[in-house]
Amino acid sequence: MYEHLDKLEAQSVYIFREAYRKFKNLAMLWSIGKDSTVLLWLARKAFLGHVPFPLVHIDTSFKIPEMISYRDHLALSWRLNMVYGQNTEALRAKRTFPDGALSRTECCQALKSDALRHTLSGEWTRFRLDHKLKKYVPDENTEPYTGVIVGVRADEEGSRSKERYFSPRDKHNDWNVDDQPPELWNQFKTDFAPGTHIRIHPLLDWTELNIWEYIHRESIPVVSLYFDCGEGTRYRSLGCYPCTTPVASKARNVEEIIEELRTGKFSNVAERSGRAQDLEGAGLEVLRRSGYM
Amino acid sequence: MQRERLNLVVVGHVDHGKSTVIGRLLADTGSLPEGRLEQVKATCARNAKPFEYAFLLDALANEQSQGITIDTARCFFKSKTRDYIIIDAPGHIEFLKNMVTGAARAEAALLVIDAKEGVRENSRRHGYMLSMLGIRQVVVCVNKMDLVAYAESAYEAISAEYAAFLARIGVRPAAFIPISAINGENLIEPAASLGWYRGPALLDLIDGFANEKASDEKSFRFPVQDVYKFTEYGDDRRVVAGRVESGSIGVGEEVVFLPSNKRARIRSIEEFSHEPRTSVSAGLSTAFTVEPEVYVRPGEVMVRAGDPPPMVGTTFRANLFWMGRQPMVRGRKYKLKIATAEVPVWLRAVRSALDASELQAVEAKGQIDLYDVADCVLETFKPVAGDRIGDVAATGRFVIVDGFEIAGGGILIEQASEERSLVREHIRVRERGWERTPITAGIRSARYQQRSTFVVVAGEADVDARPLARRLEERLLERGRFVYYLGLSNALLGVQADVGEDRSEFIRRLGEVAHLFTDAGTILIATVPDADDDELSILRELNRPNDMLVVSLGEGQLDGSPVDLRLAEGIEPESGAREIESLLMRNNVFVEYAI
Repeated sequence: MYEHLDKLEAQSVYIFREAYRKFKNLAMLWSIGKDSTVLLWLARKAFLGHVPFPLVHIDTSFKIPEMISYRDHLALSWRLNMVYGQNTEALRAKRTFPDGALSRTECCQALKSDALRHTLSGEWTRFRLDHKLKKYVPDENTEPYTGVIVGVRADEEGSRSKERYFSPRDKHNDWNVDDQPPELWNQFKTDFAPGTHIRIHPLLDWTELNIWEYIHRESIPVVSLYFDCGEGTRYRSLGCYPCTTPVASKARNVEEIIEELRTGKFSNVAERSGRAQDLEGAGLEVLRRSGYM
Repeated sequence: MQRERLNLVVVGHVDHGKSTVIGRLLADTGSLPEGRLEQVKATCARNAKPFEYAFLLDALANEQSQGITIDTARCFFKSKTRDYIIIDAPGHIEFLKNMVTGAARAEAALLVIDAKEGVRENSRRHGYMLSMLGIRQVVVCVNKMDLVAYAESAYEAISAEYAAFLARIGVRPAAFIPISAINGENLIEPAASLGWYRGPALLDLIDGFANEKASDEKSFRFPVQDVYKFTEYGDDRRVVAGRVESGSIGVGEEVVFLPSNKRARIRSIEEFSHEPRTSVSAGLSTAFTVEPEVYVRPGEVMVRAGDPPPMVGTTFRANLFWMGRQPMVRGRKYKLKIATAEVPVWLRAVRSALDASELQAVEAKGQIDLYDVADCVLETFKPVAGDRIGDVAATGRFVIVDGFEIAGGGILIEQASEERSLVREHIRVRERGWERTPITAGIRSARYQQRSTFVVVAGEADVDARPLARRLEERLLERGRFVYYLGLSNALLGVQADVGEDRSEFIRRLGEVAHLFTDAGTILIATVPDADDDELSILRELNRPNDMLVVSLGEGQLDGSPVDLRLAEGIEPESGAREIESLLMRNNVFVEYAI
């Protein structure tokens, strides 16, 4: 009953394999959310159960605790090369929105964009999961990740609808929307001048509904925050707890979420409506230009 | 019930109303997120500018300020019967590469023409590009009918002119339709103002497009994307990964890899978290194990042994559109990417170039300029496999990379006469410019008591041939031979080589270097990890007129070319070197006790 997912899956797997073939210092961002967890599953599809590159999580320290325990549980049981990065400086100095020092957008900038940029470049400490010790240790590998696989979808929000599957960024992570490379017939831009960074987007053609359908079809474990556990609310999009509010919903499992998205009240409400930073001024577009995913 | 999804691209000349058509379709089918329409209207009111449906798409600030679509934006809309991804392609000529990006993803197209302005340059160019890109379902929307007082005559004139144009390039549109997008007329429902129009409304025409299914009936084509052997956690499978682009194949069937011509049988279909399959068909990304475990490289095409094979060669006639700022010229090296293969390519001849908007052919042009569509002959450095566009589209389309950029796209028309002219031409030029002294090869040979020879030690990518090559150099030197081991090729061609480095270029340079050494009378030793038959033949060609001997280390992946000596993979360097020395003696490179 999910035949339409076959084509999406095949394209995503193709993009994964192309990325792996072309880029040496490859990493994948795993936000623990449903999209990047589907992305992780697709990576395992592409590489027959293996994930031959590190998974990077940017830990703002304000993530809902259940997200972190879910991350570490899967990382251990799927034997993932798990790495997290953090803006330890800002957290120590309490320069954050929850501490009252920054606006929401500024806080995203500091705890996510800055942390991401410096974790990818290797300038800030990367914490790698040691599977023997079952804990995180500073990673010796500080080589920059030049190819980064990201789970953005074109239907999420305006600026994402213009992305390429393979999207070059310059040294400063800048995205030149006006001059993007052509992509046709599954031929992507995979030749680069030294210093170019590349974002790879295997989920570009998926919709929110497709994500849930695929989670259902493949029985992919997702964090239970997406489900109503009796309070009559659930998260539709996951982020930091001070800036993410649950939506009113009685969907208790994947089937009920699919039904709700297909027919219910969410069919016409933006997915990220529970993410407060999007509503501040130009919000997401400004964040994206400076490297936010 | 699952709803079908179709990719629809909207193209046309700038300002002919593409974004308005899309905005209106989104709004009138109720596909917009709640509050979005009101939000955009409010923004317009705040900025004291009149609301336009086009603004709904303009998600990016810079685009709004210029009022034109720069890049293809994707949005989603729903009809009663299925879901659509609409791709809004920019109309400006400077953004042709964006238009191509958008259109190449589509299964069907709307081509929008302004009723008042009529057929313009990009109306024609986009029509032509749609046909090159292989989009066969096209509805031509004559828009802004409100500006011509809904006059049937205006509509008929434009339709007739454009239909004649499309006929010339072999495109038959599904329909013509008069609309006024700004007023939402004839989009969802027939409009009273266009009462003379008898056909269905636009949405019904769109719902009538067929969703092109991947076809199982055609010949089986599986371009090899990569070969994996993940050894972690005891996984010992060596799998050939890729996507089935056409046809289907089952376990046990015999397959051929092209261009290497290696044969094997499908042993298993390997997938993660899926019940085992015994056959796969077009559209699926999958992986196979084959027996015997032949050594294949990414870029080869796996086909069924009995199917009509693709063309295999170095010289093809092609139709090519050019998006590069620099023209495509002869004598410059480009990269051809076809399916999963990548190979250096040169422009050999331009048979004719076409100005795509006026459709005027220019004969005997020396180069291909920006926005030209050319009928040309391309020659690759190594053989590649590809299909005529009419046979299998996925393996009949290619792009040309100039430097770091995709600068051209094209389709294969036929195979052209195979001359291998590049290497020949190169050698001819080299020999012509070479100043020969009275010291001939014979004089050198007598002086050094040896015949100069290029010894290639070939093996699979993961076989380390270096200790053997080094030992051979020492051994020959100890015996007074004039010998040199070129210790560089392993770094450039081996498993440690940078991903994406240009292997063909190294092979070419290695051949040139070998020729220098052998011309000077030396025995040159080089390791060539992962060599294939074609590379060896290029090396042999470049090293002429001097001799080349091939030693294969480990499992032989060299089928088509003469191998002079096969050694087991784990052989001791000392005994390997001794065997090679005997080989050299058997071939009269030198005699053992030369006086």
